[in-house]
Amino acid sequence: MTAKKHLPRLVGITSVLEHPITQNFLIPLFAVVLSFAVGAIFIVMVGKNPFEVYSILFSQTLGSTYGIGQLLFKTTPLIFAGLSVALCFRAGLFNIGAEGQLQIGAFLTALVGMKTFGVPFYLEIPLLMLAGMVGGGLWGFIPGYLKAKTGAHEVINTIMLNFIATALVSYFVTNLYNVPATVHTPPISPAGRLPRFDAFVSGFQGSPVNFSIFVALIAALFVWYYVDRTRYGYELRVVGLNSKAAEYGGISVSKNIILSMTIGGAIAGLVGTNFVMGYKYYFEEGFSTGTGFMGIAVALLGNNNPFGVILAALLFGMLEYGGLVINTMVPKELVSILQAIVIIFVISSNKIFRKILTNFLKKRTLSIND
Amino acid sequence: MPYAIELLNITKRFARTVANDDVTLKVLAGSIHALVGENGAGKTTLMETLYGLYQPDAGAIRIHEKEVTIKSPHDSIKLGIGMVHQHFMLVPPLTVLENIVLGAETTKNFFIDLKKTTAEISELAEKFSLNVPLTEKVENVGVGIQQRVEILKAIYRKADILVLDEPTAVLTPQETVQLFKILAELKEQGKTIVLITHKLNEVMAISDHVSVMRKGKIVGHLETPKTNPQEIAQLMVGRPVLLRVEKSEHKAGAPVLGVKELTYVDRRGVEALKSVSLDVASGEILGIAGVEGNGQSQLVECITGLIRPTSGSITINGVEIVGLNAREVFARGLAHVPEDRIKRGLVIDLSIKENLILSLQALPQFSSRLSMKRAEITSNAELLIQKYDVRPPDPNAITRGLSGGNQQKVIIARELSRNAEVIIASQPTRGVDIGGIEFIHRTLVTARDSGKAILLVSADLNEILSLSDRIAVMYSGRIVKIFPDNKVEESELGLYMTGSNQELIREAK
Repeated sequence: MTAKKHLPRLVGITSVLEHPITQNFLIPLFAVVLSFAVGAIFIVMVGKNPFEVYSILFSQTLGSTYGIGQLLFKTTPLIFAGLSVALCFRAGLFNIGAEGQLQIGAFLTALVGMKTFGVPFYLEIPLLMLAGMVGGGLWGFIPGYLKAKTGAHEVINTIMLNFIATALVSYFVTNLYNVPATVHTPPISPAGRLPRFDAFVSGFQGSPVNFSIFVALIAALFVWYYVDRTRYGYELRVVGLNSKAAEYGGISVSKNIILSMTIGGAIAGLVGTNFVMGYKYYFEEGFSTGTGFMGIAVALLGNNNPFGVILAALLFGMLEYGGLVINTMVPKELVSILQAIVIIFVISSNKIFRKILTNFLKKRTLSIND
Repeated sequence: MPYAIELLNITKRFARTVANDDVTLKVLAGSIHALVGENGAGKTTLMETLYGLYQPDAGAIRIHEKEVTIKSPHDSIKLGIGMVHQHFMLVPPLTVLENIVLGAETTKNFFIDLKKTTAEISELAEKFSLNVPLTEKVENVGVGIQQRVEILKAIYRKADILVLDEPTAVLTPQETVQLFKILAELKEQGKTIVLITHKLNEVMAISDHVSVMRKGKIVGHLETPKTNPQEIAQLMVGRPVLLRVEKSEHKAGAPVLGVKELTYVDRRGVEALKSVSLDVASGEILGIAGVEGNGQSQLVECITGLIRPTSGSITINGVEIVGLNAREVFARGLAHVPEDRIKRGLVIDLSIKENLILSLQALPQFSSRLSMKRAEITSNAELLIQKYDVRPPDPNAITRGLSGGNQQKVIIARELSRNAEVIIASQPTRGVDIGGIEFIHRTLVTARDSGKAILLVSADLNEILSLSDRIAVMYSGRIVKIFPDNKVEESELGLYMTGSNQELIREAK
């Protein structure tokens, strides 16, 4: 008899759970909080006070202009990589290749930059961005084309192309285009430099944060508009959700696979705007420490939504920079552990969250009925 | 007579819905009890609860007048309950015998005691006239036989209560008659049978009692001889229903769709279509009857541009369409209601309004080069939702949450909104409830009356007979017969459908 009374409540749980705010915001937040709590256990295990470590982590990253600058600098490449993965996800493709795509893209940015001295900045900057997009795009096009034409799985091919990209770039940088005795290229034309924040606000002094973050935000806006507002995006989503229905509707599945991998690659290729055009002004071997792979986690945490990707990239950017900050207090491996815990919780949080919420609401309903 | 099954005040909830709400069902021992209701009424859930696949949230179960707790199928099998599911639970590469004994093997020195088992099963098969080839692999026998294997499997486990979930959905009329003979025989031998169905003629033909479910509740218990299909249908739907399609004489015009000597050899080298020729005129419905898997799907896919025929021609108003892709075929004036709405016809994770423009998204009406016209897409959806009575009437509702009937209405609405001259409707009412069927049938007849040429493919003979103006029968990739009207007996259609017609055999020689 009480059974009937909770019914509307139970139905209520489902609508709460499936509400976009819950799905896109509450659940990821829950996962992050939970992972910090679990991370605290590891901090205690190395004999430190978690409150102290976390408070330093937050105050050093968010508490000063410089800290924020560093945070944004780390966030920028993660946005590009996350968007690349997210866009491909929407088309039903798992792009593990953002790492290779951004290597090729950034290298091409530097290569074109060092060969084009004398071009005015208003041409040079778009040109270098284009170079990055072409490089990344090509590296996305290849596995996309193979998937569309031969059915070869993109996961395997993007992983292989990562190896090829890293090796290829390494060969070029150490043998053909390097400044002697270094592993980086000669500098790009000064016209290709993106302005840094510290040129405008002195508080950012010492931090390489630069206008590349705006490029990243524009890219996010582009992905959102493309996927959610254009018919090409509609077709891409149909292909991603049900390729048989796409076929039925006359939407070319192979064209969309190639297109989304290429665009995804091009976005990853823009990573060079941050490091090459905004920071060092040259390409350096090993500049990306797994940014492309972190992009997968960013896309996952951001629920493949471009704005979610920005927020998730901020979190991982904070962890990345925060890792350096707390380096003196705790082993630097701890940050890697924390990042991994966040990812694990994000993947499993939907179910955990559902269970906790259901139990919570059930108890409340029971006590109301009693 | 004592009760074999008593389900008392059973309530079963899933996250979103109440599948069974305070349901009480009593089945007399040695009777055939029909459990009817629309899709999603809770029939299968109720029976799966009895079988131990679900635990009820409230209520009690009594078997042979003793209260029992059924935690899993293991328990229910021990209580003598057997279930034949809608989708058979057989292992195709194993033999019929192996499938029957699987999990209940009599062993001798670690090996199945073949001799003893074979003797036992043969005896059972004979007793209930369930003829099955014991040594044949299940993948090589027809669905009718597979179903008998399932029944034998249950009886071999000493079931005296047998639940059959939509057993005739996959059978030809002849096989259905066979099955009913078997069920009558089982009843004769004292077994209790529960038959889940939504086909009212079957209820009338075989059951002793009928219980009707609607929206998770029992809405009526009736004695079959004292009721009629009209009454049952009304209980199922909750309002009076037209069981017969009202249709005026057809005034066929000129042929619009022409198919000539169409042949299709699939990737494995199987000739799925063998020189198929037919045409459909404006203002007529040509029904294609046939057991599924006899080339109907390939015929539809060839016409709609999803696969490319090996040879032959397809024309719309005399213009060749072979070689065009799906989008181009749509543009030539064709609409297509695909046989599998979830796999083909819809993207169930998108909203109703997004599904209503699938394949129409590139029209200037709905998008410009740079963006979708969101206001137009929404108003298009609002219009169609109202016209086709789609529920919920919310353009933004995700299609996954709609009932089968409403999902199908979304497809029909979209396809008719094309204003195409030719409509290919494949299994248009499969998995759709009676209310929805009535609506879809009416819509198709209206389209016919307005001069559309309609090709209807259906495994449901009732549908073919009541909608079609002419009937073609497909068997083994061929059109084996075209009847010039719909005045044909089901049994005669059945003969052609199974290829057992004398005329055919002579022809083949």
